[in-house]
Amino acid sequence: MTAYQQVLAARAPRPYTTRTLIAGLVQDFQACHGDRVHGDDPAIIGGIGWLNDQPVTVIATTKGETLPERLATHGGCPEPWGYRKALRLMRQAEKFHRPIITLIDTPGAYPGKEAEDNGQAAAIADLLLAASTLATPLVSVLVGEGGSGGALALACGDEVWMSTNSMYAILSPEGFASILFRDVSRAEEAADLMKLTPDDLLAAGVVEKIVPDSGVGFGAALKAALLPTIQRLNATPLPQLLAQRQARFRRF
Amino acid sequence: MLKASIPAPLDRAVLAKAAALPAGLWVTCPHCHESAYRRRFGAAKVCPNCGYGLRLTAHERIAQLTQSFSAWDQHLPEAASDFPGYAQKRQEAAQASGSDESVLCGQAHIGAHTVALGVMDSHYMMGSLGTVAGERLCRLFERATAAQLPVVVVATSGGARMQEGIHSLMQMAKVSQAVAAHSAAGLVYIVVLSDPTMGGVAASFAMQGDIILAEPHSRVGFAGRRVIEATIHAKLPADFQRAERVQAAGFIDAIVPREALPAKLAALLALHGGH
Ligand SMILES: [Zn+2]
Repeated sequence: MTAYQQVLAARAPRPYTTRTLIAGLVQDFQACHGDRVHGDDPAIIGGIGWLNDQPVTVIATTKGETLPERLATHGGCPEPWGYRKALRLMRQAEKFHRPIITLIDTPGAYPGKEAEDNGQAAAIADLLLAASTLATPLVSVLVGEGGSGGALALACGDEVWMSTNSMYAILSPEGFASILFRDVSRAEEAADLMKLTPDDLLAAGVVEKIVPDSGVGFGAALKAALLPTIQRLNATPLPQLLAQRQARFRRF
Repeated sequence: MLKASIPAPLDRAVLAKAAALPAGLWVTCPHCHESAYRRRFGAAKVCPNCGYGLRLTAHERIAQLTQSFSAWDQHLPEAASDFPGYAQKRQEAAQASGSDESVLCGQAHIGAHTVALGVMDSHYMMGSLGTVAGERLCRLFERATAAQLPVVVVATSGGARMQEGIHSLMQMAKVSQAVAAHSAAGLVYIVVLSDPTMGGVAASFAMQGDIILAEPHSRVGFAGRRVIEATIHAKLPADFQRAERVQAAGFIDAIVPREALPAKLAALLALHGGH
């Protein structure tokens, strides 16, 4: 598979939706809405559920299932109140020492007028700062597109994983080509240079693990893979957990 | 979808106007487009008409802001990147800016205060955040934490360093960790946003200060104006992403004219037990 084919795979429709993926991962999912300040961003689904017998917080970006949802989520591009909802739910999880799982499939933060006027940059910056000291385990899984700071905002975990159908890059290969080659049609060439595939990023130490995207069964497979990791992180004394998380990002 | 900020194209009329004037004698303000004798911009390089500060090199900024500066971490290993032409691009950037990276970090005196100071340089690859810049900033906060020093960062950047790919993105997280540790030690961090502060720099350490100042009319935001206009198929207002509008939205503590910055910083540092 070429790097650009990997990009297309990351963007391709799935036999599962974000909601059914979450349902496969945790039982009795209780969705929580809103950032308590501005509004509720449909591009971020957040809530609490059971990972077997362990309550966990799940925060996922979503592109939406129906056309109205796809429009409302801007194709999975969160706005500041979405990132603030994520931060609120992370703080909530921290209070109850509940592990957090983030599922990321976003081309990036939404480049919109209201998003900028409401502090898109500040919202992402707040998440990056908070994630560094969040006193509870945090595992991030890139399950589709992972684009730019908008993806990184939710990918500052103790471990960061990718599915076999995902990519992770500083921006889209189209954007990269248009900026560096001034030619958007050279996206395939850009994708090759960008080292955005799961294998490339595992080799570069940017992610810890690649999980096979097995289609409809992906949620259950992800749960099986996450269980021992969440257990191990949950058993790690907090000072050690935070030191390891800081060391993880310090090496870049 | 485009995600990086792209420098706005200079208005054709402005370019034509500038070209018609004797070279070097007149300066056309990129913000209000009025022309004035270069010496009327003064040593601080501020437009006499609108107060916009022309972009400074890091060395110029340090000279304006500090009584003394001794650089830290000047010789870090170069970033690994096999992007074609990157080495040459860096060489040209060094010549254009007189700096060896997009940020200079060191210990400085601002008024009577000893601070850890980071100054970005938009003349060096648009102040983009590469691995070396990220490492310098990270060490700036680490040294400041160890030495119990306040940190002042003068930000200016187009965002991530595209040529370094994902490693540039990781710098946002890496520097944020160091900011958090400095903050947890009860030390103050003051940011000065200058024109422009965009993308991954705005979305990390530039918006993580305890106190966030900005120079008048500085462009501050995440996505680039043209990317947004192309996405929403609409024209944006003239003051979009300008510091005054961003302050009105609640994200900037104070807008400070360039000449007043040293005194403002000194006053804030004094309130935080600066020594
Ligand atoms: Zn002016």
